[in-house]
Amino acid sequence: MKIQDIKESFFIAAWFILLTFPIMVIQVNPIENIIEWRWWNLILVGAGSFMLSFVWRYLMNRKAGQKRKESEDAEDIPLTQRLLRNPRFFVPALIVLGVFVFAFPFLFSAYQINIMTTALIYVVLGLGLNIVVGLAGLLDLGYVAFYAVGAYSYALLNHHFGLGFWTVLPVGAFMGAMFGVLLGFPVLRLRGDYLAIVTLGFGEIIRLILENWNAFSFGPSGIANIPRPGFFGVDFSLEASSRYLYFLMIAMALFTIFVVNRLQNSRIGRAWIALREDEIACQAMGIDKTKTKLTAFALGATWAGMVGVMFAAKTTFINPASFTFLESAIILSIVVLGGMGSIVGVIIGALVLILLPEYLRAFSEYRMLLFGAIMVIMMVFRPQGIISGVRRTYQFKGKGDKAVKTRETVKQPAPTTDHS
Amino acid sequence: MDWEYFFELLLGGLTRGSIYALIALGYTMVYGIIELINFAHGEIYMIGAFTALIAANVLTMLGMNELAVLVLASVVAILYSAAYGFTVEKIAYKPLRQAPRLSPLISAIGMSIFLQNYVLLAQTSDFLPFPSLIPELEFMEPIAHIISSAEVIIILTTAVVMILLTLLIKYTRIGKAMRATAQDRSMAMLVGVNVNRVISTTFVIGSALAAVGGVLIASHIGMINFYIGFIAGIKAFTAAVLGGIGSIPGAVLGGMVLGWTESFATGYVSSDYEDVFAFALLVIILIFRPAGILGRSTTQKV
Amino acid sequence: MEPILEVKDLTMDFGGLRALDHLDLEIDRGEIAALIGPNGAGKTTFFNCITGIYIPTRGDVVISPPGKKRERINGLKPNHVTERGMARTFQNIRLFPSMTVLENVMIGRHCRTRSGIAGAVFRGPGTREEEQAVVDKSYEILEKMGLSRFVNELARNLPYGAQRRLEIARAMATEPFLILLDEPAAGMNPQETYELDQLILRIRDEEGISLLLIEHDMQLVMSLSDRIFVMDYGKKIAQGTPEEIKNNPVVIKAYLGEEIDA
Ligand SMILES: Nc1ncnc2c1ncn2[C@@H]1O[C@H](COP(=O)(O)OP(=O)(O)OP(=O)(O)O)[C@@H](O)[C@H]1O
Ligand SMILES: [Mg+2]
Repeated sequence: MKIQDIKESFFIAAWFILLTFPIMVIQVNPIENIIEWRWWNLILVGAGSFMLSFVWRYLMNRKAGQKRKESEDAEDIPLTQRLLRNPRFFVPALIVLGVFVFAFPFLFSAYQINIMTTALIYVVLGLGLNIVVGLAGLLDLGYVAFYAVGAYSYALLNHHFGLGFWTVLPVGAFMGAMFGVLLGFPVLRLRGDYLAIVTLGFGEIIRLILENWNAFSFGPSGIANIPRPGFFGVDFSLEASSRYLYFLMIAMALFTIFVVNRLQNSRIGRAWIALREDEIACQAMGIDKTKTKLTAFALGATWAGMVGVMFAAKTTFINPASFTFLESAIILSIVVLGGMGSIVGVIIGALVLILLPEYLRAFSEYRMLLFGAIMVIMMVFRPQGIISGVRRTYQFKGKGDKAVKTRETVKQPAPTTDHS
Repeated sequence: MDWEYFFELLLGGLTRGSIYALIALGYTMVYGIIELINFAHGEIYMIGAFTALIAANVLTMLGMNELAVLVLASVVAILYSAAYGFTVEKIAYKPLRQAPRLSPLISAIGMSIFLQNYVLLAQTSDFLPFPSLIPELEFMEPIAHIISSAEVIIILTTAVVMILLTLLIKYTRIGKAMRATAQDRSMAMLVGVNVNRVISTTFVIGSALAAVGGVLIASHIGMINFYIGFIAGIKAFTAAVLGGIGSIPGAVLGGMVLGWTESFATGYVSSDYEDVFAFALLVIILIFRPAGILGRSTTQKV
Repeated sequence: MEPILEVKDLTMDFGGLRALDHLDLEIDRGEIAALIGPNGAGKTTFFNCITGIYIPTRGDVVISPPGKKRERINGLKPNHVTERGMARTFQNIRLFPSMTVLENVMIGRHCRTRSGIAGAVFRGPGTREEEQAVVDKSYEILEKMGLSRFVNELARNLPYGAQRRLEIARAMATEPFLILLDEPAAGMNPQETYELDQLILRIRDEEGISLLLIEHDMQLVMSLSDRIFVMDYGKKIAQGTPEEIKNNPVVIKAYLGEEIDA
């Protein structure tokens, strides 16, 4: 720790004390004409920023060091990746996890099960958005709109025509896809940052329409008494119904993982990633930019629509307030924290970001503050997320180089790893 | 046709448009220089309004007269917004200069959410009444039913600020450096422009303008809360894109067009969908003329 | 000789700047041609215009792929140009940095394969076969380019020279009849440049692919090319065999200050 650093940190602390002074220290009550001075906040800010400035500096130095190292040796696989690749760790871990997942609803209360189901909803939403943002690199800030489309599809179709959950589930997915194509078609030609703001605009338009078009959507008061999913006409107790929903969500999550995993190592998935990496090179390699973007966008929307139906069935009541921009932001921070393009990362990200505030009540107030900070910090220090996506590797027999004209032995594409 | 109503809407739109233009300038200047949609800009505007509110209350309690409060509170707000803009750039954007384009954008969104919640937690989620600091002008009496003094002052202030900004960019050293950086950053660096300083200055100026907008609109509408920056931010961005992002006269023009669109649409069509008109305009412009009204479409260099 | 690429009167304006000025050019089948000229002459712009990345202000670009119809291709999107058999590399390397070397080449196979989302999810026999063929073919190309030891490396971790070769490999994977190389030897050492020379000849002789390269390394240009086109200020100022170009006074004048060390 150099004296120079301490000096600098003092300066930074002083700056932040000054900067946050009006907002942090003074609290005015214009109605009763009272001013409250919260002086201890001053100390908090000062001490906090002093310490954080050291952490920041340390992380910055480490980042600079890493960059240098990476160019020197590429074979540096992080610990998490090594663990995930190693079957001796991976298989038992998977079994333990499987048992836990199965036993969970029988060990915990209905309240806990509901929380977990909510977290699972975010897992699936995160994985869906991951297709759009993580794989194809399209920053969709209106993702929640498709979620709303799914939820309202179920609520309205049920309200007007009495259609059940299982009928509407595919309908919701289809509606999501339709909206995805409809919105995506005109906007996907736009540059990345414009796309972000247009999708945000679309998301808000849909929410505002739901809020104001009373005749269609019942306005801000929303729609209540949405039935929970049926099971061959069996009537569940409340607790059994929570369990049922939980297992439905588990099934949906597994299905999603399966599909996304298959997609990301397919012809289409590779095209998405290539598009994310370099649009122009991608086109020059013969990939249709618009079509490829559209498939990613629509597929992400499909998932949001599907989960939307699930969400309506779970809460039995929906209104436009559930579909604000903040919701999109939460899903985005899940993807950013977990790791863009990484399935395991997104799952962990969703569980951490949704469960942590639920269980640490003290946290929940600071939830959105934290989400915002996470987005900044991850982008600055670890843009690949806590678990970075790993590309599939292939083994080839008969390693020969240069002008080998005929080989008979060719590779078994033996994937060393698929989990990413 | 009810002409009085028409003029009321016209002037109302002009007032709105002025505010949008003030905020839009920050977007446009930053975008012109580092090609980043500074999502947190709306929050800087909101912080400006909050700081002004706090300062005004403290100063009023100290027993100052209204005009002194107005001036001092505005100055404090401008200084603080500028400082926030400066700090935000240093933390959230500067480390990401070389990163892929998506990264600073996500960082900006994060910053925006962070600042919103920072004010929410440190202050309140309620709407706070903003003191009406703008004085009533006596000579305005005869036409007060069409346009209020506050509106006149907003329009005039905006006009003055625009002229000052244009002069600054045209004739001062830093203004020239800004233009050079906007045109070609690496070239500017080669000829000795301190690019970091230029970027910081851009954020400082843009944020200060947002604070002016914040103080004006807050005293006009009389209510603020932590969320006002979000909507205002998107609308101002719409204005910037509408006029042609990167272009300063474009931001002003875009602000006016958006202000009138909203004013007439809510006045003649429906007031329920106020925000929808702005968003719809944004979407339509981006789809059909992404270069904006004054912007020229350029070919991306490969 | 039968021309496979005919460019007539190609003009490109950027605002007030005329980067290409009524340019005519022809490439014959089986030919290795070079496009040279001082910095800023408009060479890269020429590539961008004929591959659909820029839309030229005026002029015609016509291709006659071997065994296929003659076709005017200006205005087509870059991906359609590539589909029709004209592939390229970039002056400032544009690989997919966080994909593996093999995957980079596999991307080149995209336009020659068909499987879609359903195929990816269900992974039926058709998709599996196609995928296997893509892997095989891509590996084969990597071997030809001397890159097979890097298969599973991320593209961004490759040495510079290998990155340039990977760009060529990726272009070859699209099954082109003509490859456009934008300064393939830039930043290479003499050994690497020599290997590149051999590689380009092999591509022509063994794969039957024609090539047009932009290059500043005159030694390479002179030894490789059947024909050379010289550009300056957007205009074609000369064309001919290496021998003719070397002795052309107009060319020497255009390069005044820059030496021709061949
Ligand atoms: N997208 C664009 N917008 C504006 N001007 C451009 C664009 N692309 C190229 N130019 C201009 O066109 C001219 C020709 O550029 P080009 O890159 O084609 O030259 P070049 O012959 O490839 O040079 P070098 O040998 O340095 O690669 C230059 O003056 C350049 O600035
Ligand atoms: Mg060039």
